[in-house]
Amino acid sequence: MKQTRTIEIVTGFFIILGFAALYVIATSATNIQSYGRARGYSVTATFTNVGGLKVRAPVTMAGVEVGRVTDIHLDPKSFSALVTLQIDGNYSQIPDDSTASILTAGLLGEQYVGLDPGGSDSFLKNGSTIQYTQSALVLEKLIGQFFSKATAPGGK
Amino acid sequence: MKLLREAYYIVLGFLEMLGASGLFLLRMLRYTPTALRRPGLIFQQVFNIGAMSLVLIMVSGLFVGMVLGLQGYNTLSKYASTAALGTLVALSLLRELGPVITALLYAGRAGTALTSEIGLMRATEQLAGMEMMAVDPVRRIVVPRFLAGVISMPLLVGIFNAVGMLGGYLVGVKLMHVDQGSFWAQIHTHVDLYEDFRSGVIKSVVFGAAATLIAVFEGFYAQPTAEGVSRATTRTVVNSALAVLALDYLLTAFMF
Repeated sequence: MKQTRTIEIVTGFFIILGFAALYVIATSATNIQSYGRARGYSVTATFTNVGGLKVRAPVTMAGVEVGRVTDIHLDPKSFSALVTLQIDGNYSQIPDDSTASILTAGLLGEQYVGLDPGGSDSFLKNGSTIQYTQSALVLEKLIGQFFSKATAPGGK
Repeated sequence: MKLLREAYYIVLGFLEMLGASGLFLLRMLRYTPTALRRPGLIFQQVFNIGAMSLVLIMVSGLFVGMVLGLQGYNTLSKYASTAALGTLVALSLLRELGPVITALLYAGRAGTALTSEIGLMRATEQLAGMEMMAVDPVRRIVVPRFLAGVISMPLLVGIFNAVGMLGGYLVGVKLMHVDQGSFWAQIHTHVDLYEDFRSGVIKSVVFGAAATLIAVFEGFYAQPTAEGVSRATTRTVVNSALAVLALDYLLTAFMF
């Protein structure tokens, strides 16, 4: 009888340990936090070029993460990119004339959306559109412009 | 001509084995609801299959994680990006190494035990005895073992991954002095809950089902002689390893 009890205890220990390991990995070694942000509100912004922006890229304000990019698709009429941003409910007082720009973390890092506050008295709410946007910096275009300027007859 | 005929028989034998194990799987699935009503039998096998593999899995996981940490550090330091070490260790473990190495170890540790146990039952006519008593040996012997394998594998993989990450952490942060904050922060940003973690769990369930199916199938249809059982045990290891690696490729191609 004693032996079966040991077996049962070890089996129970194994099962608990297994589930605990899965739980610890899922909660502390993945980006699970970014999924728990269902509440809040979503706003859209139109960019002429999103560069390498990905869905679930962070949205920051003064370097603090305030939300996530939830959707990126092409507007079939204006051929510009329509980006949906999910903003945390805690940050409900962002002026509606704020500027959204696509920035890069470091020289070759991931791209994210940075919000710069405007001065308006009314705030962004669910479904509103950010008017002022600044597109991603595409390195190839920049280099191209640099060269065409350098080789142009009037340029130095 | 002779070579061609041999190849023909090899292909035929492979198809036969695939079909027979598929039918065996269906037969087991049909008995699964009845077997679930006696969870005691299953948990006894979870002990044999899972709990007894615990030490092996933990030690292997620790060393795999430590090697990943060391190799990753050496390579990443050439590009001055050792901060990404955590991501490298976590993604390699969750996506590939965790499920695959655990499945290979599982086939060697638990699969062989299952095959030889059931094969010996066949050789000593215990299975025939059960049939005489109107007890279906598939329902009483095989299905609880199969279900126990399917339950145990994801848990073993979870433990392997957790211990492996700990190993990578020990080597990276404690030994090589990678910054602890960036080690975990990089993991948090780059390891996706669905794409990486969930697909790793799916892989481990599939590998568990495949390796256990092969083990019980080979045992159940082993030739009832000492030599037959030993051959079946060998085939279990070889076929499980091949099946796991082939399935790994397929699942990776589908999921990532």
